[in-house]
Amino acid sequence: MADLIWVYGEVVDGRISRATLEMLSKARELGRAEAVLLGPAPDDAVGTLSAHGASRVYRSTDPVYRDCPTLPAVETIATLIASHQPTVMLFASSYGGRDVAAALSAKLDCGALTDVGDLALRSGSLEATIPALGGSYQNTSTLTGPGAKLVLVRPKAFEIKPNETHATVEEVPAPRDPTVRKIRVTERVTVKREGPQLEDSRVIVSGGRGLKAPERFAMLQELAELLGGAVGATRAAVDAAWVPYALQIGQTGKTVKPDLYIACGISGALQHLAGMKGSKTIVAINTDPDAPIFQVADLGVVGDVFKVVPQLIEELKKRKGAGAH
Amino acid sequence: MNIVVCAKVVPLSSVTIRIDPATRRMVRKDVSQELDPQAAKAVEEALRLTEKHGGSVTVVVMGGEDATIGIRGALAMGATAAIHLSDPALAGSDALGTAKALAAAIRKAPFDLVMCATESSDSYTGLVPGQLAQLLGVPPLTFATSVTVEGRTVTIKRQSEGGYDVVSAELPLLVTVTTGINEPRYPTLKGIMGAKKKEIKRYTAAELGLGPAEVGESGAREKVLTVGRPPARPAGTIIQDDGEGGKKIAAFLADLKLI
Ligand SMILES: Cc1cc2nc3c(=O)[nH]c(=O)nc-3n(C[C@H](O)[C@H](O)[C@H](O)COP(=O)(O)OP(=O)(O)OC[C@H]3O[C@@H](n4cnc5c(N)ncnc54)[C@H](O)[C@@H]3O)c2cc1C
Ligand SMILES: Nc1ncnc2c1ncn2[C@@H]1O[C@H](COP(=O)(O)O)[C@@H](O)[C@H]1O
Repeated sequence: MADLIWVYGEVVDGRISRATLEMLSKARELGRAEAVLLGPAPDDAVGTLSAHGASRVYRSTDPVYRDCPTLPAVETIATLIASHQPTVMLFASSYGGRDVAAALSAKLDCGALTDVGDLALRSGSLEATIPALGGSYQNTSTLTGPGAKLVLVRPKAFEIKPNETHATVEEVPAPRDPTVRKIRVTERVTVKREGPQLEDSRVIVSGGRGLKAPERFAMLQELAELLGGAVGATRAAVDAAWVPYALQIGQTGKTVKPDLYIACGISGALQHLAGMKGSKTIVAINTDPDAPIFQVADLGVVGDVFKVVPQLIEELKKRKGAGAH
Repeated sequence: MNIVVCAKVVPLSSVTIRIDPATRRMVRKDVSQELDPQAAKAVEEALRLTEKHGGSVTVVVMGGEDATIGIRGALAMGATAAIHLSDPALAGSDALGTAKALAAAIRKAPFDLVMCATESSDSYTGLVPGQLAQLLGVPPLTFATSVTVEGRTVTIKRQSEGGYDVVSAELPLLVTVTTGINEPRYPTLKGIMGAKKKEIKRYTAAELGLGPAEVGESGAREKVLTVGRPPARPAGTIIQDDGEGGKKIAAFLADLKLI
């Protein structure tokens, strides 16, 4: 019998998250894919899950899951796991995903694997590929012992593959115990983001401490616009409050895999590389010839970002102008 | 308010760490250790809270004998007392084993608030705090970019995908703090001298009531099967900017049809 693979479904920006669909695509490959979707969601949510391979959706629309983070979801999933015993349950490395998986792993005494980049099942036993020490190592790990194997997946680890399935929906009851309401969300603040989103961008122009001042990011913004891309940053730039956290790329920020990544004044620390090494083409500009970023660059220019980038901008404008004639 | 900070002591960030293929563990021997810069943020936040509301800050560290330097570092910042869980029986624990040991130690004394960093710098599973909260039976308030306490109510700004949420719960509870939350203080000379006199309580696994089925390598659910290196990217072209660097990048992008 096929292994039962569950996916913890999440809604981000009013839609089933990209990570949910990535996981479903993988779950489908590993066995019979089913999703758990808790809390209010858009009308087409179950349809979207179904179109990506979910053959069953455990569903509750109860607002408690939205208004009270973590605890109600942990309660419900623990009950569901006990009665259906999936082999594996996949979670996104999102804020919510990580909290729910961590609590479940302790509640069910089964442990969990995080930062998983690839996954195989060999006769029910799990083999997960996990980068270690900022990506300088790549190990395979497994979870032993009885019970479900909880796995937190890296973003962009799997490709989204549509796979039309007819999902049956099973309504699940929300927990009534008041203790699951101990954590309350009183306000949600969305920070306005303009231009293409980092995660979906085919081109990313990224800046680090080498830019020396927040206003210098305007130069990167101009370059990004010319290339139809988005601006990213290192944690050094974020910690200096030059740009918001939403732009941070790396181990504790976003994982991106654009066609083109241009690193400006970035040293290439392992924790930064962890979030961008999967980019198809990498261009780096840095004054230090020994900067580790050059080890992953397809084209590296040892030079001053304040000279090289303006010239690149001029050249792109010239070429665009030429193309228009 | 009695605050417990779970702090990890990790190899200095400037040192390149290796994994021993035989034991499949990080090589910590002969590597200088420091208080995890991430954990230092939790210590700092705890100190600020007790400076405002009164109370004590106890630092709990699970780690080998050489972790003492990091414990002294936290005490020098101003922490009141420390607990060191150092026992060969705890070595090789996975995240859940670590959480079990920390929970057992924390249960030995009354607490109002447990603070952790969202992730540790060296293993960054990000699991321990959530597991610990579950084991202690307290709600986890995670990914805090700010923490305020009013009476028994703790309110945090919690990082979200699109901005932040304002989230509250009543003490006792657990908070995890993000990197951007504060800039940890440097210990003063007085702090460093004072730290030498502060108490470091020690517990063995047995004293915590934990056996080989729960902690150490034998208790770990997570097993590393193979240690390897990721596939290397093919070497690229590195050029010195000769005044034409920007133009050369444009030409390169055009060749790859990226523009
Ligand atoms: C647990 C943990 C998690 C982390 N997570 C992340 C993460 O998610 N993302 C992240 O980015 N970092 C992360 N870091 C931090 C990381 O280790 C580095 O400190 C950070 O990436 C460095 O940023 P940077 O390259 O901008 O700065 P630096 O390392 O200071 O590099 C600046 C570079 O700019 C170059 N430069 C200076 N002037 C010029 C000029 N005029 N022209 C061209 N080049 C110039 C310099 O040669 C230097 O190489 C994490 C660290 C830890 C411990
Ligand atoms: N050995 C340890 N001793 C004390 N606290 C720890 C230990 N390991 C993890 N923690 C706590 O859990 C957080 C997350 O760690 P991790 O799960 O390793 O990413 C750390 O920042 C600490 O607050």
